[in-house]
Amino acid sequence: MKKIYIIWLRQIKRYLRSKTRIVGSLAQPLLFLLALGYGFGSVFQEAGQGNYINFLAPGIIGMSIIFTAMFTGIEIIWDRQFGFLKEMMVAPISRLDIMIGRTLGGGTVATIQGTVVLIIAILFGFRPTYWLGIIPALVVMFLIAVLFTALGTMVASRMEDMQGFQLIMNFLVMPLFFLSGALFPLENLPKALTFVTSIDPLSYGIDALRHLLLGSAHFGLTTDLTVLVLVTGLFVWLGSHFFKRIQI
Amino acid sequence: MIDVQNLTKKFGDFLAVDDISFNVKQGEIFAFLGPNGAGKSTTIKMLTTLLHPTSGSLSLNGHNPTEDPEKARRDFGIVFQDPSLDDELTAWENIDLHGILYDVSNDVRKERAEQLLKFVDLWDRKDNFVKEFSGGMKRRLEIARGLLHHPKIIFLDEPTLGLDPQTRNSMWAYLKDLNQKEQTTIFFTTHYMEEAERIAQRIAIIDHGKIISIGTADQLKTQTNTASLEEAFLSLTGKTIREEEGDGGKGRMRSMHRMWSGSRK
Repeated sequence: MKKIYIIWLRQIKRYLRSKTRIVGSLAQPLLFLLALGYGFGSVFQEAGQGNYINFLAPGIIGMSIIFTAMFTGIEIIWDRQFGFLKEMMVAPISRLDIMIGRTLGGGTVATIQGTVVLIIAILFGFRPTYWLGIIPALVVMFLIAVLFTALGTMVASRMEDMQGFQLIMNFLVMPLFFLSGALFPLENLPKALTFVTSIDPLSYGIDALRHLLLGSAHFGLTTDLTVLVLVTGLFVWLGSHFFKRIQI
Repeated sequence: MIDVQNLTKKFGDFLAVDDISFNVKQGEIFAFLGPNGAGKSTTIKMLTTLLHPTSGSLSLNGHNPTEDPEKARRDFGIVFQDPSLDDELTAWENIDLHGILYDVSNDVRKERAEQLLKFVDLWDRKDNFVKEFSGGMKRRLEIARGLLHHPKIIFLDEPTLGLDPQTRNSMWAYLKDLNQKEQTTIFFTTHYMEEAERIAQRIAIIDHGKIISIGTADQLKTQTNTASLEEAFLSLTGKTIREEEGDGGKGRMRSMHRMWSGSRK
C-alpha cells in the first residue's frame, strides 16, 4: 500500500511542480470551448438541439482529461530515457502495484485538470441542469482519467523514444477525442461513425457526464459505468503484463 | 551467492555475452573488469532482472532472476552506471522513495538517509531538485541511494566514475564495513585497476563477451607475468581502444521534454 502511495505521490508532485504545463494544457480546452461553443452556438440552436455550450462543456472536460491522462501515462517514455524507469524496474514491488500507483497518480492529476476546466466552463456560461450532479460527475471524471492513464502507460511501455510520443498523439489521442461524441451528438450518425464512436471508451465517459450534468444520455448511465469500469480494469491488468515484459 | 552458468546474450547478430560461467561466494568482493563494450553492463542487467538472457542459467541467492524476478529483486541492490534519478524530485525525495520501495522502516530510513547524505556531502542540498545538481553531485546521490537499504548482494556498475578521491574513499570504507558486518556480497565493475586490486578479493576479466581470466589479483599477475593489475589487464585484453555506445538520441529527448514540461533549465 505504502509503495503504491509513494508512486502516486511522485506523479502528483511532478504535476504540481510543472506550473507552465498546467497553464499550457488549459489553453487548448479553453480555445475549443470558446471558438466552437460560441461559433456553432446559433447553428446548434437552430437545429433544435438546445444550448451548444451546455452540450459541449462535458465533451471539453473529457478532452482535457484524456489529454492530461494520456500524457501522464506516456511520461514513462521519459522515465525510460532519463533512467528512472530502471530504478523502478529493479525495485521489489509487483508490476501490478507499479501500474496501480501510476494510474491512480495520473488519474488524480487528470481529474484535477478536468475540474479546473469544469470551473472555467461554468465561468464562460456552462449551466448544468443538475448542479448536484457535479459530485458523481467527479467520480466519472476520475474513472475516465484512470482509464486513459492506464492506456497511455500501456502503449508507451512498448516504446523507446520520442517518435513513439508523436505516434500516440496523432494516431490514438486525436482519434479517441474526435470520435467520441465530445463535439457532436451521437444520434443519427452514419453507420460507420456510429460503430466507431461505440468502440471509443471516451464516448461512454462523456455520455455519463452528460447524463449526470444535463440529464440526457445516449447509451444510458448503467451502460456507461459498466463499460468504463470494465475497460479500466482490463487496461490496468494488461498494463501490468506489459510492465513485466519491459527490458532495458 | 551468485551463480552464472553458460550465460549468453545476443542482440540480433551481435553476441554481447558469449557463454560465460562464474560464481561469487557469500560475503565476497568481486570485481568484473573489461574494456568498454566487453559485456559487463549487459551481464549486470541480466543478473538484475532488467534483461532476459538468450540462454544459460542464473541464480541469485537461490532465485532465478529471469523466472522468479520478484524474489530475486528482494535480495539485491544496484548502483547503475548511467543516471537513474528523478530530476523533478529533490535529493531527499529520491532517497525516501527508494527506501519505501525497498521496505526500509521509517526510523531506519530517516537515520540512514541523513547519515548517507552527510557522507556524500549533500546534506545541506537535500531539499534541492536533482535537476539543479552537477554530474558529480548526481553520481554521489545515486551512491547514497544505492546504499540506503542493506541487501544481500550489491551490484555497482562503475560506481566511482567521476568521483573525487575523498568520496571514493569513504564509499569503499562504507561498503567494506557493510561487507564485514552483514556479510554483504559485492559485485562491481570499474576502469580503475588499482581500485580493483585494492578492494576485490577475486577478479574476472571479460572481453568480447567472454571471460578470459578469473582469480585473485596476484594470480592474474602471475599468470601474465606482470607487476601490476593494470599491466595484467592490458596484456590480457590488448591495447586497442574500444568505442563507447552513442547516447541514443538522449540530447534531443531532453530538449523535447523541457519543451513539454516547460521546466526552466
